[in-house]
Amino acid sequence: MSDGLAAPRPFGLRQYLICLQGIVWREGLRFLHQRERFVSALVRPLVWLFIFAAGFRQTLGISIIPPYETYVLYEVFITPGLMAMIQLFNGMQSSLSMVYDREMGSMRMLLVSPAPRWFLLTSKLIAGVAVSILQVYAYLVIAYFWEIEPPTWWGYLTVLPALALSGLMLGALGMVLSSLIKQLENFAGVMNFVIFPMFFASSALYPIWRVREGSPWLAFVCELNPFTHAVELIRFAFYQKIEPVSLAVVVGCTLVFLAGAIFAYDPARGMLMRRGG
Amino acid sequence: MNDSLRDTTPDALSVEGVSHSYGDRLALDDVSFAIAPATFAVLLGLNGAGKSTLFSVITHLYASRAGAIRIFGRDVARESGAALAQLGVVFQQRTLDPDLTVEQNLLYHGALHGIGRRETRARQALLLARFGLADRARDRARYLSGGQMRRIEIARALLHRPHLLLLDEPTAGLDIEARADILFLVRDLVRADGIGVLWTTHLVDEVSDEDHVVILHKGRRLANDRARVVMKSAGARSIGEAFTTLTGGGRDESAA
Repeated sequence: MSDGLAAPRPFGLRQYLICLQGIVWREGLRFLHQRERFVSALVRPLVWLFIFAAGFRQTLGISIIPPYETYVLYEVFITPGLMAMIQLFNGMQSSLSMVYDREMGSMRMLLVSPAPRWFLLTSKLIAGVAVSILQVYAYLVIAYFWEIEPPTWWGYLTVLPALALSGLMLGALGMVLSSLIKQLENFAGVMNFVIFPMFFASSALYPIWRVREGSPWLAFVCELNPFTHAVELIRFAFYQKIEPVSLAVVVGCTLVFLAGAIFAYDPARGMLMRRGG
Repeated sequence: MNDSLRDTTPDALSVEGVSHSYGDRLALDDVSFAIAPATFAVLLGLNGAGKSTLFSVITHLYASRAGAIRIFGRDVARESGAALAQLGVVFQQRTLDPDLTVEQNLLYHGALHGIGRRETRARQALLLARFGLADRARDRARYLSGGQMRRIEIARALLHRPHLLLLDEPTAGLDIEARADILFLVRDLVRADGIGVLWTTHLVDEVSDEDHVVILHKGRRLANDRARVVMKSAGARSIGEAFTTLTGGGRDESAA
């Protein structure tokens, strides 16, 4: 069993790839085992699409704003917001599962791996993003039959990098939150203080010019909200366009949130150490 | 390390002047000891003595405020990857994913240590056969008994072929038979495979006279020698009596 006192095998590129693959595989398995999680991830945006959007179609007029070149139905307008919402909820779900893993102890098994802590956290983040992208495409398949589709089929492909970036940003935010939440019971606060404000104070459901008409300061908050930029990045990418400001904000926020998560889970400095978690 | 334990081989585990606190609360106070390779060592202490904190610091879940920890000469803080690669860990809390099968749990652990699936499967087959659980590979972990889960966790900790095994109260919550099984199995790893073991417990009946014993109380190390030497120096007839004498017989929950 023990092969004497041979030096440990160094962690090379192959070992990193095996480790990443293993973490993504495990996250995928967990997702498959939690079918209700998949169903609720799909039902949530569909309820918004089929009920909320149908009701608001007549009351909320959408003018022609980029990237759209013609008038679009409200259902078409909110689809990027709902795609981002799937990723927002998935990011928070990953955060919840990290808190659960920490309470159940399985997080410890991850953290005692010889791979560097930053790599383990980034791998876990990538795994969560992969799952969120699958959910988004499942939603798009159903939305297609509701006649919601990009102008050309290329839109399904060009939206992929935008989904990867927005998923990374929201997943990294979830990771930072998971380090701040001491117990699973505190997670309800995340719903009230993070998910709802981020979603509603954004361009997911209404264009910002509309918000500005009602409340200039709220429009300002929406413009500062990173979730708005995730929505806009997806919206433009779905139409095979790039929104440079949103791209910069999403990339910047991803780096900041990821650095925060790595700091929080750092053995020498992070939150876990301060509270003995 | 004490003279009666010293030999020429490098230490499997070396804990040097380790202190740790949570805010103002001191959990470990200048703790030092070393464990030779292929030794069964027991970290003995009451609940709250600082055992779990020390365990977390050794496994680099968080860094100690002061002192150094080396695993086969590798500093846990500075060369954590190389140090942790030589370490197998069984936490007190159950850490198997209940929704995954035994095989999937082991494949995941193998991946975390950079071991490919084919190699993991080969090692897993040997380990499960040795631990009498070959027929449970396809079962979900949630359907295993407490004793079986523990054996799987030990098998998992051995998958990457560590030279030192850390077990944090591995018999907690197990019945007498399962406790004896686990203890026998781990002692056999020391005898047959030359693996060093640090066995954390508050149960004195798990200590034998020839074991290396480290007694921790209120975050401080009170003894560090073979059990029979500790008994002799405390003027006690059993390790339980020696433990009571050294700790003053009182419980204290001040340390984590």
